[in-house]
Amino acid sequence: MSDTLSADSLKGTARYTWGGDEFLFVEISEAMSLAANFKSNSMATRLGGRALPGVTEICPANASLLVRFDPDVLGAAELEAATREIEVEVDNTTHPVLNTRLIEVRVWYDDPYTRETAARFRSGHQRPEGTDLDFAAEVNNLSGAAEFIRRHHSSPWLVSMVGFVAGLPFMFQMVPREQQLEVPKYLSPRTDTPPLTVGHGGCFACIYSVRGAGGYQMFGIAAAPIFDPAQSLADFKDFMVFFKPGDIVKFRPIDEDEYKIIKGQVEAGTFVYKQVPVTFDLAEALGDPESYNTKLLENLNDS
Amino acid sequence: MTLEILEPGLSTTVQDRGRFGHYNVGIPQGGSMDQLSAEIVNALVGNSLEEAVLECTYLGPKFRTSEPAVIAVGGAPVDVKVNGATAPQWEAIELAADDEVSFGFLQGGTRYYVAVRGGIDVPLVLGSRSTYALGALGGYLGRKLAAGDEVPVGDTASGDVLTGIAPELRPAFPAETEIRVLLGLYDHRLTASGLATLLDSTWTLTPVADRTGLRYSGPQIEWKAREQPFGAGSDPSNIVDAGYAVGSIQIPGGNEPIVLHRDAVSGGGYAMVATVISADMDQLARSAPGTKTRFVAVTMEEAVAARAEGKALRRSIWG
Repeated sequence: MSDTLSADSLKGTARYTWGGDEFLFVEISEAMSLAANFKSNSMATRLGGRALPGVTEICPANASLLVRFDPDVLGAAELEAATREIEVEVDNTTHPVLNTRLIEVRVWYDDPYTRETAARFRSGHQRPEGTDLDFAAEVNNLSGAAEFIRRHHSSPWLVSMVGFVAGLPFMFQMVPREQQLEVPKYLSPRTDTPPLTVGHGGCFACIYSVRGAGGYQMFGIAAAPIFDPAQSLADFKDFMVFFKPGDIVKFRPIDEDEYKIIKGQVEAGTFVYKQVPVTFDLAEALGDPESYNTKLLENLNDS
Repeated sequence: MTLEILEPGLSTTVQDRGRFGHYNVGIPQGGSMDQLSAEIVNALVGNSLEEAVLECTYLGPKFRTSEPAVIAVGGAPVDVKVNGATAPQWEAIELAADDEVSFGFLQGGTRYYVAVRGGIDVPLVLGSRSTYALGALGGYLGRKLAAGDEVPVGDTASGDVLTGIAPELRPAFPAETEIRVLLGLYDHRLTASGLATLLDSTWTLTPVADRTGLRYSGPQIEWKAREQPFGAGSDPSNIVDAGYAVGSIQIPGGNEPIVLHRDAVSGGGYAMVATVISADMDQLARSAPGTKTRFVAVTMEEAVAARAEGKALRRSIWG
């Protein structure tokens, strides 16, 4: 990808620093890129694989990694040394791949729930007239909301981080940087966001897992849950949070009728996500993103 | 046995030592904000330190016991009433069936804890009974208590009821406090004068202080200007969204530092510049709005030594 960092340019460049006596913070890169996220994720996986006594949380993020440890069990210097070793291992991986899954997420774009919420918080918005979609189209020099929506669901997105609140995925669009949709956050955060709102801030998409405050622009609403503390649906049988870092998401636009059908399936407990296992190849994805994405998304059609 | 909640108070929640291992998907550690006070009241009623307690914020609940019970109240100083008569803090209190427990106004601090012999017996969720209200998870039906709730109490307690706790072991709730921090994370993004402002100023805790974090008022803090990296927001205090260390200090726009606490969001786009050391997180939680606070930089070695002192103190309570 033209101006996206390559994996090579990130070798040995991570910055190690401490968040008090219980957190090691590793900044892979100041800037967001697929390669930085890939490295963070790979380091997290390898660190988890070592099962070091005293490591209590391993949290890969967009372009950084946060590790929590118990200093009574594992010394800070020891943890840093182990993590630096893992960084070298990851840097020396000749052909980095990620075994993950491709998931279809059905979205009712320009839905009445987010439209109503956006209208309530219109004063103080960058574009007080119109909708968040109109604003997003405008700042991306697109012909209108319909064109923005098309661009939003035509390419895959990588779940680059899960968090903020329980189960919320941050997603990074797998296209060259100049094609990425970028939209500023709200000038002042909202106190309310409908659950399952598909949002966007900076270069990141998200799906709000719970109702609450939020600052991302709102484009639509996902039909099926992504956080299910009651674990009533099959996809949540093992864990109440659906998304994992490294998941790849394909949005599919739906209308009100299909939205209602899915809601019915969710209520009946029969809904399952369409998903297929895939292997994500960083070099191929960076080399020829367009044909790589086409090939990747075919997996979903075949299933 | 149950506690019947007659009045819920402002924000009364079930908490324990916290929920670990799921921060990578945004589930916060939670747990009692002032762990030491919660541990002491558990010790007083003969519970293990894993048992869940009620965390009461500012205005406490009023509840009735369905059976004879032993409780203890500790933490922020408050008048404890049993059937309207004054009862002591920091001591075990024996209750008969149908006794009513209520609380007066706080005389300092923010939170106090009620332990019941046997522990608050709500289901374990991801290894903890702590309430995560935003995710409607854990605690009593995933929320703060409401009038009419019947809060279950366990019937197994292994230890002996203690007669009391030495006054010198009880936490203090001062109007002025020093909180030790380890600089790091993104402190290099502050100017030298910005960093000096953080460490040399006396900060006042604002009313914007809850389980997610504490916001302080004081002078403006200067960030270095820069061309922002791709994916970070437009303000110099913005970074590409990253994981947040619990206890870390962020200063959005250079205004009003926020210290994240146990229910904070797990990540976001504001640069952190220092982190409260683990030994001082309880003291931070004891601060009431208006508390004058200085952030004192220490080294990792000093942070680890302070942590060891905290452990020694706990050993003197638990043996």
